[in-house]
Amino acid sequence: MSDVKLPSVMDETVSRRDFLKLAWGAAGLLALVEAGGVALSFFSPRTAEGRFGGVFEVGAVDDFPPGSVTPFNAGRFYLVRMEDGGFLALYRKCTHLGCAVPWNQAEQKFICPCHASAFERDGQVLNPPAPRPLDRFLVTIVDGMVRVDTGAPIQRDRPGPADLVYA
Amino acid sequence: MAENPDPRPEHLPQRIWESIQRDELPPPDDRGRMRLVMNNLVLHLHPSKVARPTLKFTYTWGLGGLALLLVMILAVTGVLLMFEYTPTPQTAYLDMLKLQTEVWYGQLIRNLHHWSGNLLVITVFLHLLRVFFTGGFRTPREFNWVLGLGLLLLVVAANFTGYLLPWDQLAYWAVTVGSSLLSYVPLIGEPLRNFLLGGPEVGAATLTNFYGLHVAIIPLALMGIVSFHIWRVRKDTLSIPRRLDGKIDDGGTGSTQVEKVTTLPHLVSRELVFALVMTGLILMWSVWVNAPLEAAANPDHSPNPAKAAWYFMGLQELLLHFHPVFGAIIIPTLALGALAILPYQRFDLSAEGVWFRSLKGRQMALVGAVTGLIATPALVLLDEYALDLPGLMPSLPTLISNGWIPLAALLLLLIVYYEIIKRVFKATACESRQSVFVLLVTAFVVLTVIGIAFRGEGMALMWPWEVLG
Ligand code: HEM
Ligand code: FES
Repeated sequence: MSDVKLPSVMDETVSRRDFLKLAWGAAGLLALVEAGGVALSFFSPRTAEGRFGGVFEVGAVDDFPPGSVTPFNAGRFYLVRMEDGGFLALYRKCTHLGCAVPWNQAEQKFICPCHASAFERDGQVLNPPAPRPLDRFLVTIVDGMVRVDTGAPIQRDRPGPADLVYA
Repeated sequence: MAENPDPRPEHLPQRIWESIQRDELPPPDDRGRMRLVMNNLVLHLHPSKVARPTLKFTYTWGLGGLALLLVMILAVTGVLLMFEYTPTPQTAYLDMLKLQTEVWYGQLIRNLHHWSGNLLVITVFLHLLRVFFTGGFRTPREFNWVLGLGLLLLVVAANFTGYLLPWDQLAYWAVTVGSSLLSYVPLIGEPLRNFLLGGPEVGAATLTNFYGLHVAIIPLALMGIVSFHIWRVRKDTLSIPRRLDGKIDDGGTGSTQVEKVTTLPHLVSRELVFALVMTGLILMWSVWVNAPLEAAANPDHSPNPAKAAWYFMGLQELLLHFHPVFGAIIIPTLALGALAILPYQRFDLSAEGVWFRSLKGRQMALVGAVTGLIATPALVLLDEYALDLPGLMPSLPTLISNGWIPLAALLLLLIVYYEIIKRVFKATACESRQSVFVLLVTAFVVLTVIGIAFRGEGMALMWPWEVLG
């Protein structure tokens, strides 16, 4: 083999043996990556229609008076209507470690039973350890009907007016 | 044509028996005993001869063997449970009730599986401590220590995935909280969590995934690595117990020469007795104490407090004091990384087999334990009632004020502690390192106890009788 390795760095000839080694290595690597890809997609989550993860049509705009917080357990969210009429769908999962956060009607805030994080009506953190406001879902209003898409929770650093949807 | 005489015995039953068992039973002499150990599928996990001093119970405390026994009990009871259990949200909890009320010995089998699984976590942890304190991880056993760490992780993973299967409130929320820790890993955390749970929340897909992991993937990996681990113990031989004066601990005056005895009967008989006694104790415990089962899982209602599984309580307690990235990711990774490179450090080979390395080593270990016992509760109380780092530094993100800063402070304290042990008490690097290890292990155990017994509603600190009440 020593005669194959020429001292010159500039020499770019590759011996047949080295080329085949490289080719086998690359093919093996490719096969591994492909197998990994197959495994990953095989196990990737599937969402069923009409259940959590799908789109919910929750009712007419007028069903929700301003200043109300309405829970939808099947969709894992609260439909919030702010005083100014704006709609907001809040994922009820605590941003700390995932407990289900109940709305406390008396204190007018969300209080997590697990580690006592508290959130305002718009999801803003009132009390740590939660690191960020409650996530929200996309709300759309079509022909006066409110729809919530639970497909992908939207994370935010702080709540803003852009989160609200108006009829 | 000359006939070839058949050398096998004349009678058919004898021919059949000899095709199965090749060696003479009982073995006539030591050579026969050694050959039997070599040729028998189960026995050949052993070497044919072992050093007599390693037979001493208070050297290994039988912990590796107990771990193996528990793995076997878990395999048998686990397979039995599979026949009575279907992993869907509709059936899982009902199957638990059925096990308790309808299935003959269902409750007993579930108890055996439950308690063996929990005891395995404790056993493997104690085994790790035993190996550490007798220096059993030194050359040539470095890699076997690393394999052991892999086993520790697998045992915890097996417990965690099994925790979900009863589908009661305990299971549902412990797994919710536990898997949420993952989502704090930067970048890949969230996709990884979704992949593992089969969606953003614990649900039907999670149960399927965890079941597959719990009954197939983890046990296969565990059996593979356990075989490798024990084969390495056989190849490397066990470290020899020695006394403070460096002589071999043979129970007598101490010698410099290792006496070897045949594995059969010296080691095998001890193993059998120990396995029988432990099986008996586990059986009795499982007859008397039932595995817990709470109300059926209700995704709409988190219990208060929602606690993790008990072996994660130390982690959970860290999480109450640190930003989650630190409590759940950085600190555990640092600890595991330190454990993994530990055997590759330079150390004094002459201390192998001596409990706590030396007399100074024993004293410094005690200093470490006492320091950990006092400092940990003190720091927890300080952080809970007096110190509000994010409040003191409102302009900084909590990742820094409640992460980098306290971690740096703690590491600084550890370095100061190490230097004090080394300079003031004149300990060697090896003894000082051990003292730091004892300090950290004590801290971890204290945190675990605080999490289990001193955290009640809303995760507030309270007395154990209030937690239970
Ligand atoms: C399922 C888990 C495990 C099983 C079944 C197991 C089994 C065993 C057995 C049967 C032995 C023989 C001596 C004894 O009983 O102490 C042993 C030795 C050893 N184990 Fe483990 N073990 C496990 C986990 C671990 C862990 C977590 C570590 C450390 C990180 C570890 C590191 C070692 C080392 C280094 C030795 C050699 C000790 C010496 O020569 O003194 N093992 N193991
Ligand atoms: S999960 Fe809500 S505060 Fe921890």
